[in-house]
Amino acid sequence: MLSSILPGLSTLVKRGLAGWLIVIGAILVVVIVVMTAISPWIVPYNPTEIPSSPKILAPPSTQHFFGTNDLGQDLFSRVLSGGGVMLQVSILSVIVCLAIGVPLGLFASYAGGATDRVVGLVMDSIYAFPGLVLAIAIAAMLGRGVVNMALSIAVVYIPSYFRVIRSQVLSIKEMSYIEAANAVGAKNRTILTRYILPNIVPSIVVVATVNFADAILTAAGLTFIGLGVPVTIPDWGQDLTSGQRLLTSGAWWAITFPGIMIILLALGFTLMGEGLSELLNPRLEQ
Amino acid sequence: MLPVQGRKSKLNESEIVRVEHLKKYFPVEKGFLERLLTRTRKFVKAVDDVSFSVLKGEVFTLAGESGCGKSTTGKLIVRLMPPTSGKIYFNQTDITRLQREQLRTIRPKLQIIFQDPYASLNPRMKIGQAVGHPLEIHGLAKGAEEKQRVNEILQRVGLTPPEQFTNLYPYQISGGQRQRVAMARSLILDPEFIVADEPVSMIDVSLRTTIIDLMLDLRRDLDLTYLFITHDLAIAKYISDRIAIMYLGKIVEMGEKHEVFSNPLHPYTQALMSAIPVPNPERKRTAIELKGEVPSAIDIPRGCRFNPRCPYVEARCKVEPELMAVKPGHLVACYRIEN
Amino acid sequence: MSDEDGEKPHLLTVNNLTVEYWARRGKIRAVEDVSFSLDKGETLGVVGESGSGKSTLGLSLIHLVPYPGRIVNGTILLEGQDVLKLGKEKTRDLRGRRISYVFQDPMTSLNPVERIDSHFVELIRTHEPKATKAEATTRAKKLFKDVGIQPDRINDYPHQLSGGMRQRVMIALALALDPSIVIADEPTTALDVIVQAKILDLLKTLQDRYGMALILITHDLSIVLERSDKIIVMYAGRIVERASSSTLYAQTLHPYSQGLLKSIPNIELAEQKLTAIGGSPPDLLHPPTGCRFWPRCPYVMEICKIKEPPLLETSSDHLVRCYLYRGEKAS
Repeated sequence: MLSSILPGLSTLVKRGLAGWLIVIGAILVVVIVVMTAISPWIVPYNPTEIPSSPKILAPPSTQHFFGTNDLGQDLFSRVLSGGGVMLQVSILSVIVCLAIGVPLGLFASYAGGATDRVVGLVMDSIYAFPGLVLAIAIAAMLGRGVVNMALSIAVVYIPSYFRVIRSQVLSIKEMSYIEAANAVGAKNRTILTRYILPNIVPSIVVVATVNFADAILTAAGLTFIGLGVPVTIPDWGQDLTSGQRLLTSGAWWAITFPGIMIILLALGFTLMGEGLSELLNPRLEQ
Repeated sequence: MLPVQGRKSKLNESEIVRVEHLKKYFPVEKGFLERLLTRTRKFVKAVDDVSFSVLKGEVFTLAGESGCGKSTTGKLIVRLMPPTSGKIYFNQTDITRLQREQLRTIRPKLQIIFQDPYASLNPRMKIGQAVGHPLEIHGLAKGAEEKQRVNEILQRVGLTPPEQFTNLYPYQISGGQRQRVAMARSLILDPEFIVADEPVSMIDVSLRTTIIDLMLDLRRDLDLTYLFITHDLAIAKYISDRIAIMYLGKIVEMGEKHEVFSNPLHPYTQALMSAIPVPNPERKRTAIELKGEVPSAIDIPRGCRFNPRCPYVEARCKVEPELMAVKPGHLVACYRIEN
Repeated sequence: MSDEDGEKPHLLTVNNLTVEYWARRGKIRAVEDVSFSLDKGETLGVVGESGSGKSTLGLSLIHLVPYPGRIVNGTILLEGQDVLKLGKEKTRDLRGRRISYVFQDPMTSLNPVERIDSHFVELIRTHEPKATKAEATTRAKKLFKDVGIQPDRINDYPHQLSGGMRQRVMIALALALDPSIVIADEPTTALDVIVQAKILDLLKTLQDRYGMALILITHDLSIVLERSDKIIVMYAGRIVERASSSTLYAQTLHPYSQGLLKSIPNIELAEQKLTAIGGSPPDLLHPPTGCRFWPRCPYVMEICKIKEPPLLETSSDHLVRCYLYRGEKAS
């Protein structure tokens, strides 16, 4: 498998800056995913257990690389294992968005007319809300937990998918190869799935990567105001929240390291998105 | 499979396609306020009462400048859109009001080739898939049999060896080759009638004849009939059997190629022919000057629609002339022929 | 270029012009070793198809080759001065004033949010800062008369004009500063045939009136045969034939020119057998060795595949790049 990845990477890199962005972003993401996945085996301490004789707020040292928090938990272990929530939330929200936003966008804009207008109106209304505020409102209604966080983020993001897909579909709809497909008698369903959808995949991918990045930051935000996961699960968002309180005590490490990890993960996705959109747009240079 | 509804008309058996009083009006989108304040709707009268028939085996050309309605007429005939009014007959069957499902049985026989070889192929489908897809749609072939038919048809349009092309994407082949692929796609369903909408205008000049000659060969080998649409009268002269000149949605002159080209009678046809560049430096130019420009199809002039620009306009031109026969087979919509 | 010796200097002399494009996948020689001259009042037709380099040639004449293209060799002498050696200021002054360019697509060449008159005002005042808005507008209206548009349309926006009118506006803009040379790049492609004829007739009338030279860049051989004094046929960046139009018509020597002529339908001929040129347009990234045209040439010989033929002079005004005419002296 590695032998097939390396040539793939090298062609990406040859594409210049865009390729580099994707590669770096992907590396960031992959490293974090792997790190989180193998964390149960590599953590020096149990990230959720509250030790009996806690070393509270110890600064970074050789025993605790990232120091400890106010419960005496080793922050390095918590950082290693705390990415899970963010990753789950963002992946789940993207899946929901794809499952709902893509078909909605495709059908409404292909059908045109009243359907397009009505759905568009709904989408625009949602889009008009400031994202974070809306996410908070929905999460507050639904409650805590990974699934609810993912759902509230998904609702906020579906309109973005819809818009992107709609503009693409509208321009593709007029192209001769769609007319040609009609001329050979293709059913509408076939035209949507085999003629239109494959041509909008690039833009969907770009939106999805931005969705990932945004979801991570929103999840952090939701956790920050208490709409996140129960305390028993290690989570960067949690650490961020508690770390913020501890800043006044001078314990800079409690907020810094989880914060950096959140940024890195979001950055990874953002870089991939940027690189992909660079790559996929100037295809015209042919 | 729904039966095809339609009465068989008592028309000429050798007419493969016939259109009668075909009209296509596109409503002009108006702003909200304008819609409130004004009563009248405005239309772009792209095709405004066109009637002609195409005989089996011929190349019938619709020629004219941009905006005259020739492309729209072609698309109406293959039912890519419904006409506003009028009738379309294919093999004596009325296909004017057939719905999508009913049309599917006819579609294989009525095909169209588009102008832009870069836009008429799905960029995400390999050539082999694109050409074979029509077979799948109509349940005619799958798998190995489909592959074989695809290879056959690719060879026929001159893409040999076909295996070299089936796995390529459109962007990997040239414009001329793409146009051949588009032709292959139309031909794989064994059509009888093909509308060719400016098939060579976006191809390099020196390669146009290969495509044109290919079309003529295919007509002979596969028993095809063409409706050829073009603005290039020189090409029209080369390929047509009969030709109709369109202006602002109507046919102004129609007849056998040799007749129309050697004896153009409508002032517009005459002006058009005199304006065509001829590759001869010795030629003395006697271009007919036409006043003004082509009016918008929203505001068509009253009476003969050519009268604002016509050098011979007179009183009776206030009434729009119908196509009148100068001699059998040569029709002109102009009162001057009555002289 | 030996035929320039001992004659009075030409308005424009181009010598050994070479332009390269550096693409990611390699280097392309869009124009290679092109030389020609142009006199006052003359019309030069530059004809070629895709990949011929004709548009690049046109842009080079006003030193406007877009990145990643670069002029790597050659001189362009306008009234004795090398255009390529002019500084930034002088080059800007050159464009529009001494040589003007009519771009291909009238639909997108005008600024949609500016009225027509401000196009003229901006143009004139850039080159003549002392001119007032009123003066500029008056001149523009006079030009409108010349090109056949009603003067009151000067206050319209581009989208209110038809394609033919927009092209006339472009021509009027090109003439506003009384240039010695007008370059028209595919001036008729986006237009219908009747408007085409009008525009070309217009250019001729204006030429007769103002004495400017005209370079017509087009793929349409019929147009250049009909309307130019001399013609350059380009293929894959090289000049393959150069002659006056009557000479070229009487004796089409280069196999490409012959093929081109035989492939275009002539409406004045009763029956015509057209033949296409075999093969496909040249791949400029991997051009064939030797003569660029040999893969498509019906008369190809062994030497054609090895070494590119030089331009050979078959008569005082006829050059051909082809070994078929080996007996002639090299230019």
